[in-house]
Amino acid sequence: MSVARTAWLIARKDLRIEWKSRVITNQVVPFAGVTMVIFGFALDANTDVLELVAPGLVWLATMFSLLLLVQRNFSVEADDGALDAMRVAGVDARGIFFGKVIGLALQLLVLEVLLLFAAVVLYGETIRLDGAVLLVTTMISATCGLAAVGTLYGGLAAGSKGRETLLPLLTLPAVAPVLIGATRAVESALGTGVAELSDGWQWVSLLTVFAVAFGVGGSLAFGPLIDE
Amino acid sequence: MTTLDPKTTDTADSAMSSRSTGTKATRAIGIAATFAMGWLVLFGLVLSPADVNQGESVRLLYIHVPTIWVAYLSFVVTAVASGMYLFTKKHSLGWDRLAGASAEIGVAFVGLTLLVGAMWGRLTWGVFWQWDARLTTTALLFVTYIGYLAVRRLGGSHEQRAKRSAVVGLLSVLLIPLVHWSVVIWRSLHQTASVLDTDGNIDMDGTMLFTLFIGVIAFSLLYLWLVMHRTRALAMEDMLEDRGLDIALAERRAEGGTR
Repeated sequence: MSVARTAWLIARKDLRIEWKSRVITNQVVPFAGVTMVIFGFALDANTDVLELVAPGLVWLATMFSLLLLVQRNFSVEADDGALDAMRVAGVDARGIFFGKVIGLALQLLVLEVLLLFAAVVLYGETIRLDGAVLLVTTMISATCGLAAVGTLYGGLAAGSKGRETLLPLLTLPAVAPVLIGATRAVESALGTGVAELSDGWQWVSLLTVFAVAFGVGGSLAFGPLIDE
Repeated sequence: MTTLDPKTTDTADSAMSSRSTGTKATRAIGIAATFAMGWLVLFGLVLSPADVNQGESVRLLYIHVPTIWVAYLSFVVTAVASGMYLFTKKHSLGWDRLAGASAEIGVAFVGLTLLVGAMWGRLTWGVFWQWDARLTTTALLFVTYIGYLAVRRLGGSHEQRAKRSAVVGLLSVLLIPLVHWSVVIWRSLHQTASVLDTDGNIDMDGTMLFTLFIGVIAFSLLYLWLVMHRTRALAMEDMLEDRGLDIALAERRAEGGTR
């Protein structure tokens, strides 16, 4: 079976499980929503400040939710030893990696749209039409990077007990460039503060390079990391 | 199962036979490092002049600069050793232990750099921390390698540990340029006039430069001494684990035999 075919099957399987189990709608989305509300508490519900920092808070909430989603995505595999079974059956590790990345990326994208909507409602953020292309491009490239890093370290942390705590320690420093880049790019797209629309595109290039680097690096490293 | 046979853990046997991590070479390096440190203290605290702008706080840089140099050196060694473990045919655990020992020392020295840097920053800039590109990258480097060390302690066989940490070690190297690139454009975009001059504008006179040079030599020797001892200590730890397993197995077999 080709890598693309494996990836497609795994992504479809993951999304189908999520669709049926409703863990995302029942737990992850509410968690992300609560995060957005408590950011409001922490910043004293000051709408001037909130509007200014909204892009950063959206991405921060995305990253916290990423940790939950990754754990969820791998507990599905690890509980029945499915990862080991697939490896023993000779399934290409790159296929598993890309399948997981695609599944995770699609879930993240849905979440990001909801979080952006929450920022509009709760923080008084406005979305302008001329920044729409930049906004969508940023979201897609940032999400691919996040999904690649999340899957890579999720695979490492999956399996034996006591490893779940390792996931945030490995993931958060690794996605720091995405947090910086995606926040600035969304600031440009929304026109928050003094951000110019044209400034956003150099961040998109960073996010794309990040996604490609961890996509390629991850597909090579994933096999050795999950083989035990 | 290779772990059942202690002889397969290559270099460990030779280290074990002496029951010490010291050799003639480490002793010589240790003496040289002590001597160089003495010189550093003499030059750094007594012979070198105070800076025109920074005053006495400039002396902190004689630790700050050499420690970050050693930290970079140790992360380069970790990366190279990780690559050597993965891409050489023998997959020698010696490379893995060198990578681990070097990363431990690197983390300790980055921590020291940040600490000394914060003290220097408070005295010179008036603040402990500046969100400038170099500082931010260094802080992320620190956290990344703490993560690497955590991965090393995940358990499993020595070979599992070696492969896993070598892969994570190489991924960390992939991350460094991306982190650096992102913080460089971030800070250059958001540069405000109020930001203090991070170059510090050091008027380097000859004695100062020489003191810094001694510092780099002294700390490099210290690194060499530490990494040799630590690599051997890690080999001994691996040996101890293998032996412990052997003894436990022998005991169980003996129990079975007496019955």
